[in-house]
Amino acid sequence: MSEPRKLLKGATGDWEVVVGLEVHAQVSSVSKLFSGASTTYGAGPNENVSLVDAAMPGMLPVINEFCVEQAVRTGLGLNAEINKWSRFDRKNYFYPDLPQGYQISQYKDPIVGEGEIEVELDDGSTVMIGIERLHLEQDAGKSIHDLAPDASYVDLNRSGVALMEIVSKPDMRSAEEGAAYFSKLRTILRYLGTCDGNMDQGSMRADVNVSVRRPGEALGTRTETKNVNSIRFVRQVIDYEARRQIEVLEEGGTIDQETRLFDVKTGETRTMRSKEDAHDYRYFPDPDLLPLELPDDLIERVRASLPELPDQKKHRFMDDLGLSAYDASVLAMDKDKADYFEAVAEGHDGKLAANWVTTELFGVLNKQGLTIKESPVSAAQLGKLVGLIEDKTISGKIAKQVFEHMLTDDQGKDPADIVEARGLKQVTDTGAIESAVDEVIAANPDQVERVKEKPKALGWFVGQVMKATGGKANPQAVNEILRAKLGVE
Amino acid sequence: MSIDEKTVAKVAKLARIALPEERLAPMTHELNDILNWVEQLQEVDVEGVEAMASCVDAVLPLRKDALAQDETGGGQPEAVTKNAPRTEDHFFVVPKVVE
Repeated sequence: MSEPRKLLKGATGDWEVVVGLEVHAQVSSVSKLFSGASTTYGAGPNENVSLVDAAMPGMLPVINEFCVEQAVRTGLGLNAEINKWSRFDRKNYFYPDLPQGYQISQYKDPIVGEGEIEVELDDGSTVMIGIERLHLEQDAGKSIHDLAPDASYVDLNRSGVALMEIVSKPDMRSAEEGAAYFSKLRTILRYLGTCDGNMDQGSMRADVNVSVRRPGEALGTRTETKNVNSIRFVRQVIDYEARRQIEVLEEGGTIDQETRLFDVKTGETRTMRSKEDAHDYRYFPDPDLLPLELPDDLIERVRASLPELPDQKKHRFMDDLGLSAYDASVLAMDKDKADYFEAVAEGHDGKLAANWVTTELFGVLNKQGLTIKESPVSAAQLGKLVGLIEDKTISGKIAKQVFEHMLTDDQGKDPADIVEARGLKQVTDTGAIESAVDEVIAANPDQVERVKEKPKALGWFVGQVMKATGGKANPQAVNEILRAKLGVE
Repeated sequence: MSIDEKTVAKVAKLARIALPEERLAPMTHELNDILNWVEQLQEVDVEGVEAMASCVDAVLPLRKDALAQDETGGGQPEAVTKNAPRTEDHFFVVPKVVE
């Protein structure tokens, strides 16, 4: 057995946390998995419900071809095995928002099998997390409990919407890894376009399985916390559950295998229902549906239409453009940011472009609470600014001034015009720099003596000359001329 | 194969079928009769025969991802809620379900 990656300290020794996630991702389709009703969010009560979704007698499910393709597409994006033969089963349970009395799901033979994805952690390192399976299933409706004291209100608009349930292997070992996996999965889904990843609207949510064990021992009993709908909450659930379970076990108690709910207000989890009966779903093959056999050309057709995925992009940014793993990851993990960066870097130095995007631009966007799409400076403009630095028209320092103008009083203007209009062009005329250097040297005999003892004091002169030239002198030229005149090696 | 009364009671509960105490024994007997009858199939040698998932000689038909204008589409909350004992603003209203 390999060494545990991460350990938590308890009162009586170390513990290892083991985490697995079941993520429900809504397929971005126009109509539902087995009916022609709309999937639009926010419609009036029971507006998007067909007689199939309401489980009226005699109605039969007919599968949505697009949803099948999206599941295959997602499977390929997760580097997973695609099963050309899969089958739908009925998962039986009773609840008012489940009119059929069962959910059509895939139990034994899912459409996608094992895969794995690369997950980035805060310190820039990566871990590989295994995917157990991906299957297609129907979402349930929604019960609203707070509209009346004596009744629950049922809206079936979500009933029958296509979900992909993506089950990870229990490969995560900390709250950070669980959150990072969830985040990476969202990035991949958004790149593929198979799920919009919109967690506020319930398009993506996770059931979080957590257990703890002493290092090297067999897996402990796990709890499952349902419907966690943000990356931050996934982290909180794992932190809370791990601490709670360690405390229970260290006090001599045992962990019940149970379903728990996360309370957003307190950041705690609590028992929802015991596992006893609730999970006896009595799966059996749905007699209304034949096995799903993928046509021979489907997988290859979908594969051919895959976009460049975040990991491929990240590695291309590192290998071809020379970006650091960190910068490459920050840019590649968000498609909009990656597109913006690529437009800036077009025809320019990749590293310089990455610096300007991740440091200067993101700094401003964060401060103003803007997304990359709302950036006041377009990628083309920022690219031109980078070009002006490269061809030495301006120094990096002046570029920051120009950037300020681009954000404020010169919005929308061409950086070259701003430089011209404001007279910010770098002075490369050595004659002009030389006379500025001469003036500084003549005015500061003490410093001239000092620099002979301490060559590092040269920096002071550079600063004075830059000041005298309004920052427009080429710093490299200033350095060279100063060294020559002061006799510093 | 046979099942006991406890299993029958559990299955009835999961299926939400009311099974009075006095029906438990006869029901268990009837179900065991059926199970025993089906068990005759165990005598068939299926060594090397692939499990069959369907006996219908057809492939699963696929639907285009489009909105339907008939009863298999939405936009008919009146029809959907028509048979419900209690509704409000097109919601189904059911006895309070407490989680």
